[in-house]
Amino acid sequence: MTGKPILEVKGLHKRFGDHHVLKGIDFTVEPGERVAIIGGSGSGKSTFLRCMNFMETLSEGEIWLDGTRIGVEKKGTVTYPEKQLCQVRERLGMVFQQFNLFPHMSVLNNVMEGLVTVQGKSKPEARRIAEAELAKVGLSEKHDAWPGRLSGGQQQRVAIARALSMQPEILLFDEPTSSLDPELVGEVLRVIKQLAEEGRTMLLVTHELGFAYHFATKVIFLAEGVFHEVGTPDEILKHPKQARTQDFLRRFGEFAF
Amino acid sequence: MDYSWDFGPVLERFDMLALGLLNTVKIAAVSIVLGVLVGLVLAMMRLSTRKWLNIPSLVFIEFYRNTPPIVHFFWFFYALPVMLAVSLDPYVAAVLALSTQSGAFYAEVFRGGIVSIERGQWEGGRALGMTHSALMRRVIVPQAIARMVPPFIERSFELLKTTALASTLAYADLLYQAMMVNAETFRPLEVYTTIALMYLVLLVTASQFARLAEARLTAYQ
Ligand SMILES: Nc1ncnc2c1ncn2[C@@H]1O[C@H](COP(=O)(O)OP(=O)(O)O)[C@@H](O)[C@H]1O
Ligand SMILES: [Mg+2]
Repeated sequence: MTGKPILEVKGLHKRFGDHHVLKGIDFTVEPGERVAIIGGSGSGKSTFLRCMNFMETLSEGEIWLDGTRIGVEKKGTVTYPEKQLCQVRERLGMVFQQFNLFPHMSVLNNVMEGLVTVQGKSKPEARRIAEAELAKVGLSEKHDAWPGRLSGGQQQRVAIARALSMQPEILLFDEPTSSLDPELVGEVLRVIKQLAEEGRTMLLVTHELGFAYHFATKVIFLAEGVFHEVGTPDEILKHPKQARTQDFLRRFGEFAF
Repeated sequence: MDYSWDFGPVLERFDMLALGLLNTVKIAAVSIVLGVLVGLVLAMMRLSTRKWLNIPSLVFIEFYRNTPPIVHFFWFFYALPVMLAVSLDPYVAAVLALSTQSGAFYAEVFRGGIVSIERGQWEGGRALGMTHSALMRRVIVPQAIARMVPPFIERSFELLKTTALASTLAYADLLYQAMMVNAETFRPLEVYTTIALMYLVLLVTASQFARLAEARLTAYQ
């Protein structure tokens, strides 16, 4: 790839007390890249993703977005003003394993919420955008439903529409299908695939290795707090060089490509 | 028991009891409103990570939790005036006692509601780029209110019953008026039975309204 990176991570460390989870990560993402992050449970995949939009504070390291360092440096210490973090989060849409929809708002209002409250759009305009996003994920019929009444797959599609409504430059997915019943996984993966076809920049933490193979332009195997092995889907998922990666993939058994 | 019931003399003075009931409702309503304000301030202090806000609030709440309500009434009526060198009207002293008591308990209700909201809700809002205050206003508080309603109603009923202690300061609430009627009629059985029924009707009526409010606020659940 030759483009200018949209996201750069330099020397990222994350500790929870004495627990050193991320141990020095350097990473760049170029526009249009789709990165799948795989690794054992508890290896720090979520933590890594959550550091990107500052849902976790960084213990060390820098994050650059579109050539600008996030944070304000003053006399050697870096602070992260709320206003700046809010802007960063607006630019990086996030989709969670547990959807995290707002249960007290209708589906439509969930998608309108950020547009109105964060972006200050008028209600009619927000409504137009929200309706378009919901149509895209195939949920036009569910505008007025309470999220709690929807299936997991539908809820996750609403969550994707909510993230998309903000026109994010990068989308972060943290195991978006892991809490779904198997028969609902497909409908969510189809939406993500559609986003890939649009050329969106995405980071996806997943255990759906078959999906990752077709989806990703780059696969990262995270272990021991570092990017243990990085490469194309073919390099990592079919011909891994590192013993640890091979071991991880073996434990997942055969997966259909 | 060959007691012959006679509500006549009591009912003749029903206007006195009605006034008492009105005063009871009045002092309860004022104390609930003020108690909510006290509770909001205390809850915000408790939710703060700053020790100088957190600890005083905790002390205040624990003080009220671990002392008998009647002591608060006596303190505001007999002790505070000594400190301020002014005398307090029974009504004012009783309102102070009731609203600080209920404030201490409401604070825990409010705080409990806020902390009961799952982490995912904070994250869902934050990931959209919402500021802390927008998140509170749009996501956390509306859901917390729904959860606060049942314990809030419970505390308010406690307060309504505790208003009877204001009679010890000679505030003309329902119980105090009953004592007056009793002094005139010497019919304690009829008098206190009557006001027990009046309290009962008041509380049952209030709980019907409370149930309506609860149903509206928790419709999405
Ligand atoms: N808020 C937290 N406080 C303390 N430890 C945490 C916290 N979040 C995650 N961890 C720990 O960090 C490690 C990595 O967690 P996580 O990023 O969720 O792993 P993964 O997503 O790969 O399963 C785990 O050992 C987890 O227990
Ligand atoms: Mg995880």
